[in-house]
Amino acid sequence: MQSTAHDFKGNVGAALADPNLQDSLAKLKTGFSERRRQAAERLPEFEALRDRARDIKNHALANLDFYLEEFERKVTALGGQVHWAPTAEDARRIIADLCRGVGARTIAKSKSMVAEEIGLNEHLEALGIAPIETDLGEYIIQLRREPPSHIIAPAVHLTKDQVADTFLEHHSRLGFTRRLTERNDLVAEARQVLRQKFLDADVGLTGANFLVAETGSSMLVTNEGNADLSNTLPRMHIVLASIEKVIPTLEDAAVLLRVLARSATGQESSAYTTLNTGPRRPGDLDGPERYHVVLLDNGRSSVLGTEMQDMLRCIRCGACMNHCPVYGAIGGHAYGWVYPGPIGAVLTPQLIGVEEAGDLPNASTFCGRCESVCPVRIPLPRLMRHWREREFERHLTPRAVRQGLALWAYLARRPRLYRAVTGIANRALALLGRSDGRFGTLPLAGGWTRYRDFPAPQPGGTFHAQWKRGRWNRGRWNRGQGSRKR
Amino acid sequence: MSNPVPPQSSPPRHVALFVTCLVDLFRPSIGFAAVKLLEEAGCTVDVPAAQVCCGQPAYNSGDRATTRRIARQVVDAFEGYDAVVVPSGSCGGMLSHHYPGLFDDEPALKVRAERFAARTFELITFLVDVLGISRLPAHYQGIVTYHDSCSGLRELGVKHQPRRLLAAVDGLTLREMSTPEVCCGFGGTFCVKYPEISNAMVAEKAADIAATGADTLLAGDLGCLMNMAGKLKRQGSPIRVRHVAEVLADMSRNAAIGEPEDGR
Repeated sequence: MQSTAHDFKGNVGAALADPNLQDSLAKLKTGFSERRRQAAERLPEFEALRDRARDIKNHALANLDFYLEEFERKVTALGGQVHWAPTAEDARRIIADLCRGVGARTIAKSKSMVAEEIGLNEHLEALGIAPIETDLGEYIIQLRREPPSHIIAPAVHLTKDQVADTFLEHHSRLGFTRRLTERNDLVAEARQVLRQKFLDADVGLTGANFLVAETGSSMLVTNEGNADLSNTLPRMHIVLASIEKVIPTLEDAAVLLRVLARSATGQESSAYTTLNTGPRRPGDLDGPERYHVVLLDNGRSSVLGTEMQDMLRCIRCGACMNHCPVYGAIGGHAYGWVYPGPIGAVLTPQLIGVEEAGDLPNASTFCGRCESVCPVRIPLPRLMRHWREREFERHLTPRAVRQGLALWAYLARRPRLYRAVTGIANRALALLGRSDGRFGTLPLAGGWTRYRDFPAPQPGGTFHAQWKRGRWNRGRWNRGQGSRKR
Repeated sequence: MSNPVPPQSSPPRHVALFVTCLVDLFRPSIGFAAVKLLEEAGCTVDVPAAQVCCGQPAYNSGDRATTRRIARQVVDAFEGYDAVVVPSGSCGGMLSHHYPGLFDDEPALKVRAERFAARTFELITFLVDVLGISRLPAHYQGIVTYHDSCSGLRELGVKHQPRRLLAAVDGLTLREMSTPEVCCGFGGTFCVKYPEISNAMVAEKAADIAATGADTLLAGDLGCLMNMAGKLKRQGSPIRVRHVAEVLADMSRNAAIGEPEDGR
């Protein structure tokens, strides 16, 4: 996927001016967070489970090489094959070769963010292989040729009306010529169209929520069951997953599943939880004849052992973006690449470079709501701050910011000079703002006063000036509503 | 996460006020309200002269070296007090949660920063959790809504303490917003670096505030208050905006934030 993260500010302007997007975001902001809150409240041990989930992922990351090799041994023993893909390009090549090896013309895909990360669809299309998205949201955005705007709800930026128009445009040639207005009718129509595609597909490609080292299983949760059709009907099943998805045991998976669905959608568990453990065995009624797992690194191993390692705990529930007021204002596309929201703000600079995505970790108030809901307790604000530190060290911070900061720091380290300067500023602003108590415009503060008034300082000098003048004038300040009444 | 400190048998009495740069420059009355609250609770209050700022502008811009220099200056200036009290959750969080981590590679300084952090408190939590105050002799006639500023809420656990004290204020009715815990869009330099996003956030906050029907907005951080007041005033809203300490100290006769003094 071509990044537009470098034009974050341009993307923001477009997002804020898009009425359909703003409509959709208004619903998202209350829906997801309220459901998560209720789900967490219903489970007394939820906070303790978050600690365990964090510890499980930390243990897996600390022993990643061991568990990955263990996973590969198990998959191989089951008759499957593991492919190691150091880069996105390697992963694309491996998957294309596998597809061409069986003469595949169409592949049924269940939702995979890693496939988005490596730009798989465009690559396959260029080779004459048609990828068919089978997750409803992914299917909708594939028809519209749009990237996902959310990691678990890829079409969350669209309204029902937009989906109705898209279906009419693309389905009418299949004989569906009525414009639908009801949600259930839209789902039913998509199901009818997709069912035949499942049956026709030569290869099924899925992502994985977890890779279980002890059994060699890949684990997948969905609410639509599309993954099960993608991986049981075609002759070949390809699992595409990044390396940090591996966990030691099924027991660990059980803990992670309990926090995953509650954090994501507020469900106690997703509608479908599927374990794929190797290809079809003799006597099995269904399942693929060939089973491949493509493990993508794409820069992740270079994060191990650094101050940024915590980002690899992510289990892709989407809670951070569901609770992020910045995401809630601008939606996912404004972030400009595959992963939006707070996790995108720490992951994207790692995966495509901080020069390209430098705005993302800066566009946060550090309100901390993401960290407060993260099921694996990723310190997202801290990681965003680390990116800012790296940008500052590499002189990527805008010059105006650096100069302003340098001037402020010079003063801040010289309290007497600072007091002289702020004393003058305080008096000037208080005098000019005396009649209104605020400013409608103010030189050098256009970013503020374009949208807000700027409150003027109280008259009488700075706190420190008044304090120094003889402690403080009790008569002047010690007046409340109460003292007037009494 | 919240770490309420149990009331102590002999509470700290010799207290230093960390004024914060915004209170110093824009609204000294918050500082004086803090002094009044602390003195009436039996504390002796000092205001160390060498204080300037907690360092957040540098810290959040990625300038760690400058942050460390400023943090050192603050730790030096506040040596020797029983407690350091801050009328801001944001600056309080910086001093008590972020300072020690700045000195990971300087053990001696880290120990000092940790000791400093352990005796640093946000004003309202200091009054309620440390001094055990549950009621103050204040009067405020009005319907109030309270915004939970982010760092205070999520780093320091400031949530029930201001509400408990406000509930006991004579004449005051508290009416909650639908989302009092959602950020107002201030975020320090964020509000001028990304003004469009910040505006979208504060516009939503202003709508939530207005929907309560309250005539007064209170919070514990002047940055957030200036942002919300600025938006409300731009919209022509009559809602008065104040720091919670002003109301609790019964010092609410001076003009509210963004409003002119009426000549007194």
